[in-house]
Amino acid sequence: MHDIVREAANFINLDAMNITYLFIVGFVGGLVSGFIGSGGAFVLTPAMMSLGVPGLVAVASNMCHKFPKALVGALKRAKYGQVDVKLGIILGISAEAGVLYGAHIQESIKKSFGDAGSNLYVSVAFVIILAVVGGFVLRDAWKTYRSGTTHGEEKVTKLARWVQSINIPGTMVYFKSLNARISVLFTIPLGFATGMLAATIAVGGFVGVPSMIYVLGAPSLMASATELVIAFVMGLGGSFKYAMHGLVDIRLAMIILAGSLFGIQLGAIGTTYVKPFMIKVVMGIIMVIVLFSRGLMVPVYLSQLGLIQTLGDTTVKILKNTSFAIMALALILGASIVLGAMWKGHRAEREAAREVLEHGKI
Amino acid sequence: MAGTYGRSRKKPVGKLIVMGIISIALYVILLSNQGVVNDYFSRGGLVAFLPIAVAFIFSIVHGSFTANFWTVLGIEAAKRKKEVK
Repeated sequence: MHDIVREAANFINLDAMNITYLFIVGFVGGLVSGFIGSGGAFVLTPAMMSLGVPGLVAVASNMCHKFPKALVGALKRAKYGQVDVKLGIILGISAEAGVLYGAHIQESIKKSFGDAGSNLYVSVAFVIILAVVGGFVLRDAWKTYRSGTTHGEEKVTKLARWVQSINIPGTMVYFKSLNARISVLFTIPLGFATGMLAATIAVGGFVGVPSMIYVLGAPSLMASATELVIAFVMGLGGSFKYAMHGLVDIRLAMIILAGSLFGIQLGAIGTTYVKPFMIKVVMGIIMVIVLFSRGLMVPVYLSQLGLIQTLGDTTVKILKNTSFAIMALALILGASIVLGAMWKGHRAEREAAREVLEHGKI
Repeated sequence: MAGTYGRSRKKPVGKLIVMGIISIALYVILLSNQGVVNDYFSRGGLVAFLPIAVAFIFSIVHGSFTANFWTVLGIEAAKRKKEVK
């Protein structure tokens, strides 16, 4: 507890440069979150730490910016009819349990193997989950693109059809996003896994959104919007837990929020211009790039644990910087695709409107 | 579940200005009292409700400002009705 208090007292000094930096990172993170329902957090935490913010304060402050951001994003996308509040809250509750369990595992690993052990666990989780889920999402998006059915309605997977066909009396609930009744028992492991991932790599949506699409049968747009409800529920509980220990640097959280609210509004607007499969494209690309970023750090932690030959300081520095740069690139690329798709959609709409107008004149 | 979004006819310039002023005021208060803020917010315990309350207030005010900001700039949801099923 003494360590925690000492760490909490160590809130950094903020100057104009730091504020601008956090605002910009917040904006880009918010833009991606508004579009795919999550993301951004994996860059925000290391970005804060690069300013000298202690790890726990960075995680806590990130969490405290996440829930108000998710709230604003969810309200915005609810206006477009994309949010399934019931599904979000039900998944959010089991996700909260997942967060607590994930944080407990983290603490145990840290106690037994130190910081390097904990970092190695996080990186390996990143690499395995992003490789499996990210690869699957990207493959699905590619298949949709190749089949030329990007305009068509999304197909419900066989697994989701099976889940929707199971009837367990007393547990069946209707969800508007699925347009079907499913047993809430299926939502528990999915929410739990989302929460565990959020506690481990800070982005639960990388499991939450694909599981809603592929396991439950929700359309991409609704899954990504509903993820914002889950993020709100998880973020609120998590923030309170960290605030109880005095770990939230509210200045950092609100500065990031200043940028991310501009971003999340724009990202949410963007979803109305694109074909649903673009959600999968952006999510898959970010996941796969981040996977490489974290993969680069695995040898660093293995070396710190003495499991491989010790790496030189220069090598470690190069790997760390490259890893951070790749992570930032993932976010910037994701944001660029969102903005590009939005721009194209906006232009197409204007042209269509002009054609209608000209046709009307004739 | 058809989304019925589209462009509003009138741009909310007044709302933008009011929310913008309140939002800036909130940030000025927060950043010009960093010593007091850090002291209180790092105490933990029951004071935990403070950062949560602050986050809610900022999200309402700044959220409204940013929404109006893009609307006034003419960046709005697609006009067409989209079936989100």
